[in-house]
Amino acid sequence: MGDTVTIGPVPRLELIEISKRYPGVVANDGVSLRVMPGEIHALLGENGAGKSTLMKIVYGVVHPDAGIVRWNGEPVAIGNPARARKLGIAMVFQHFSLFETLTVAENIALALPAARARRGLPARIREVSSQYGLPLEPGRYVHTMSVGERQRVEIVRCLLQSPQLLILDEPTSVLTPQAVQRLFETLRTLAGEGCSILYISHKLDEIRALCHRATVLRDGKVTGECDPRQESSSTLARMMIGTELPRPRHRAAHPTGAPLLRVRGLSRAADDPFGTSLVDIDLDVHGGEIVGIAGIAGNGQRELLAALSGESQATPADSVLLADEPIAHLDAAARRARGVAFVPEERLGHGAVPDMSLAENALLTTRRRLSRHGFIDASAAREYASATLREFAVKAQGPDAAASSLSGGNLQKFIVGREMRQSPKLLIAAQPTWGVDIGASAQVRQALLDLRDAGAAVLIVSEELDELFEIADRIAVMSHGRLSAAKPAQDTNAEEIGMLMSARLENVAHAA
Amino acid sequence: MEHIAELIVLTLAAGTPLVYAAAGELVVEKSGVLNLGVEGMMLVGAVTAFIVAATSGSAWLGIAAGTLAGAALALGFGVLTLSLMSNQVAAGLALSLFGAGLSAFVGKPYVSHVVSALPVLHVPVLSDLPVLGKLLFGLSPLVYLSIVLLFGIQWFLYRTRGGLVLRAIGESPASAHAIGYPVIAIRYAAVLFGGACAGIAGAYLAVAYTPLWVEGMTAGRGWIALALVVFATWKPWRVLAGAYLFGGVTLAQFQAQASGTEIPSQLLSMLPYVATIVVLAIISRDATLIRLNAPASLGKPFHPDT
Amino acid sequence: MRLVLEARPERSRIAAWLSPALAIIATIVLGFLLFSLLGRDPWQAMHVFFVKPLENRYGVGEWLLKASPLMLCGVGLAVGYRANVWNIGAEGQLTLGGIFAGGLALVFDQSAGWWLLPAMIVAGAIGGMLWAAIPAFLRTHFHANEVLTSLMLVYVATYLLSYLVHGPWRDPQGFNFPQSKMFADAALWPNLFAGTRLNRGFVVALACVASTWLFMSRSVAGFEMRVAGLAPAAARYAGISSARVVWIGMLVGGACAGIAGVNEVAGPLGQLQPSISPGYGFAAIIVAFVGRLHALGILLASLLMSLLYLGGEAAQVSLALPSSVTGLFQGTLLFFLLAADVLVHYRVRIAGRSQAPAALG
Repeated sequence: MGDTVTIGPVPRLELIEISKRYPGVVANDGVSLRVMPGEIHALLGENGAGKSTLMKIVYGVVHPDAGIVRWNGEPVAIGNPARARKLGIAMVFQHFSLFETLTVAENIALALPAARARRGLPARIREVSSQYGLPLEPGRYVHTMSVGERQRVEIVRCLLQSPQLLILDEPTSVLTPQAVQRLFETLRTLAGEGCSILYISHKLDEIRALCHRATVLRDGKVTGECDPRQESSSTLARMMIGTELPRPRHRAAHPTGAPLLRVRGLSRAADDPFGTSLVDIDLDVHGGEIVGIAGIAGNGQRELLAALSGESQATPADSVLLADEPIAHLDAAARRARGVAFVPEERLGHGAVPDMSLAENALLTTRRRLSRHGFIDASAAREYASATLREFAVKAQGPDAAASSLSGGNLQKFIVGREMRQSPKLLIAAQPTWGVDIGASAQVRQALLDLRDAGAAVLIVSEELDELFEIADRIAVMSHGRLSAAKPAQDTNAEEIGMLMSARLENVAHAA
Repeated sequence: MEHIAELIVLTLAAGTPLVYAAAGELVVEKSGVLNLGVEGMMLVGAVTAFIVAATSGSAWLGIAAGTLAGAALALGFGVLTLSLMSNQVAAGLALSLFGAGLSAFVGKPYVSHVVSALPVLHVPVLSDLPVLGKLLFGLSPLVYLSIVLLFGIQWFLYRTRGGLVLRAIGESPASAHAIGYPVIAIRYAAVLFGGACAGIAGAYLAVAYTPLWVEGMTAGRGWIALALVVFATWKPWRVLAGAYLFGGVTLAQFQAQASGTEIPSQLLSMLPYVATIVVLAIISRDATLIRLNAPASLGKPFHPDT
Repeated sequence: MRLVLEARPERSRIAAWLSPALAIIATIVLGFLLFSLLGRDPWQAMHVFFVKPLENRYGVGEWLLKASPLMLCGVGLAVGYRANVWNIGAEGQLTLGGIFAGGLALVFDQSAGWWLLPAMIVAGAIGGMLWAAIPAFLRTHFHANEVLTSLMLVYVATYLLSYLVHGPWRDPQGFNFPQSKMFADAALWPNLFAGTRLNRGFVVALACVASTWLFMSRSVAGFEMRVAGLAPAAARYAGISSARVVWIGMLVGGACAGIAGVNEVAGPLGQLQPSISPGYGFAAIIVAFVGRLHALGILLASLLMSLLYLGGEAAQVSLALPSSVTGLFQGTLLFFLLAADVLVHYRVRIAGRSQAPAALG
């Protein structure tokens, strides 16, 4: 280490041998990185590679265990985000750090030093936000804004700090394809003005379109550095996961005759004042097919999933029909008894109880089968859990291991396996591969396809368009609480889906 | 007219401990922390104030001591919940039980003692004015202080940056932490403030309102204060209204008993508690109202990952 | 150098059983300090608290007698607590149990038979359940916080009992004392062991402990309660009705506390008085926590707590200390237990200095 003499332009940010350990996992292991002024630099890696942790270190939220951070050539210790902001580092978080019950202006004021937050802030917000193509109304309450609009608040909050380095953590998961292009324009403008940009993502196409350089992380270590414009998706993927992207074995769908799930005119006001109401939803899912629902988070997916899985009920009872039987008024247990299985978006706390063993977690949805006269059959539960571990290649210490001890991918496989082993007629899966490593993702997607081929009806809700185009037979789009007609995947493309995502969908024809 | 003024004076006096306790707890809950130990802190504040007043002869010294005692107990709660990540409901219960036990034990030798109570305000000329005189210049100074305190809390929460930060922390400590605010430190400050308020509420009871010490003399006022915060949907002005409403109920019950009514005294004594239940049920029924006003992170532990 | 809390990937079983032990030790140490401060010989005080009460047969009987309402209320409360149903009103539910049972005993005072005592148990359980049903209803239909409603009802219950023994149920031959007639023999628990006051109500208490254990650990309904307490979203996912969970949690607590009330009035008291419990309902909250919300733990914790009660009474006589020293120790014990519980979910680590260089400007 020591003082190296740099000839030529000084890097805006330089990370040297940064390491960070958490109990049970090495998040960053000797990571080195260099970002030049005006450069758009990608940090590429799959879920769990250590990207977020590294950025939290740069922003001062997390302290590194080892390594040096250099800012414009000088070593610094960024103790906290206020210090980072003072240096000129700004960050747009993946899961926004916004306050719903406060206004745009108040949210932005909180991130600025007290002096600058006072006079003329609303005017400056209007000015800067429209200057960069992200117009905002300072008096609006954040809870009235869509996810895409909220991201604008995050970004404008950063821009008002006149940053020298802007960090964006997975910014496009909440944007339509068109909005992504607008964001890229904004970022190119910023870079042109001399601001460096650190762009964290796992989306290869976007990185190749936007970024000048890329650093690839895998399991906490740097596995490659390149100019993504010169690389192909498969070379980047190889650096990211070490092997080729696995492609699932995909046979054509053979949907059976009548639809297994029929949703007709499903409408339901949101329980949560900050939620989205469902309006006149029509949907058919046949046995032997996979229907995918695309859409940006916050457009009613959560409410739709609850209404279909039974966690919430709707009227009239025949707005949801399973094999021609009205079920909209039934709760989750009753629907499960009729062959509906559900894999929720959140694993720990929703799909599984973290502090309970896998055997007990198996009981969560199988307790009617695995009990006698109101008492639990403990050995049957353990056997069920063990069989699930075996059949779905889950890495765990055994059926008595706590659910919280499994990695995200393994727990997801367990939950998917638990549901599939009940031979459901209809399986609903929400974000089936969110936060799951590539290997497990491929296994989960393959399992969904296999279930479909066995004749079950499968409904997937996902924010990843790539995933939907990979395994769904038909795709519908959710927007503002309404659902578009489902089109065969080969008859549509990302562009069209993107347009539907931002459309109001009132006049879109309903079809089976 | 004089009689009405008299009633208002008594109502204000009766509601004052609730104003202090509920106002303090409101600030604590705005920061996202639920402290169920208000009753325990009030009792400790009361016994400390009484003992110090009795031994030193100064009522004001007693009040100050009681305030500090409440804050000290709150510190213990803070350590449990903010640094040791304890379940807030259990820790608050522990605080109440501990406070009750501690105050009973420490106060036993002082049960039949007498203190010189905190004198009621007397301003020459002004206090002798009809009606207004008694109302504006004839009450215990702590009554006026409680109203000033509430003004101050309202101003702090909605007109200062500090209050904005506090409210933000109450809504989303994770976001506040990500932006760089010291969530735990600010919550400690709020908890200590709440403890001091509960302490002064108890001190007022023991040294100004009814100058005596009896085991458990707060008689559930701490719990009623907790219900008041919900009833007020976490808005300072409504705390004032609710506290005086309950002051009025307590007063009505005393008046009824004194007037020699047929209704057995025990049934009348139940009134404040039944009223609390009814009020709580009515306000909690509207889940949307609660969701919109309650600090979103209330009661949930926050562990900053560094 | 500073102490840092690191979340454990899995909760530590060892710590879960170690922390009550640590809490007890810490409380004893505090007791030592307290007694020394008060000018008493700490060793003698320890002897008075823990050894003296158990020195003879009668003492052991008292010990088990006092443990009985604690374990009853404790296991009942624990069923609710494990499901995040915070019943704080056991004291009030116990009182109502006593009122219902006592009322039955007074009505059938002359015409008593063998059936009276079993009927009283049922009546007491119903009384407790009724009192617990109010907070349950208010929570399921009005979303009202059950901590506050159940607690308010304790005050109401106390006043109700006071009204009854001062008024309509006062013993006409009682010299105007606020108490009811002494119950007929058929309304009293028969003795278990000669030379003690321990009665057959103790057996009922043990039976309740065993039943709640069976319920929570082996039954499907008990499993559902546990899931609801650990992860409410997962409970909804599993089709577990949150209203049912609240009702079961409150009613079981109410029934057990009601039975404890019957045991008091049909046991050592033999009549209704203005106060039929020296705070058992509240002490049971501590017993439930110290006992880790598990039947066996609660059994042991109730024995410990009973010892503290007896010790407090003995201390009043032998050490000239107020009996409220018991309440002080109880509260301290809970405090220390919650503090020690941090080890269940977190590891304590001493963090060294970060190797990043000192900031230059």
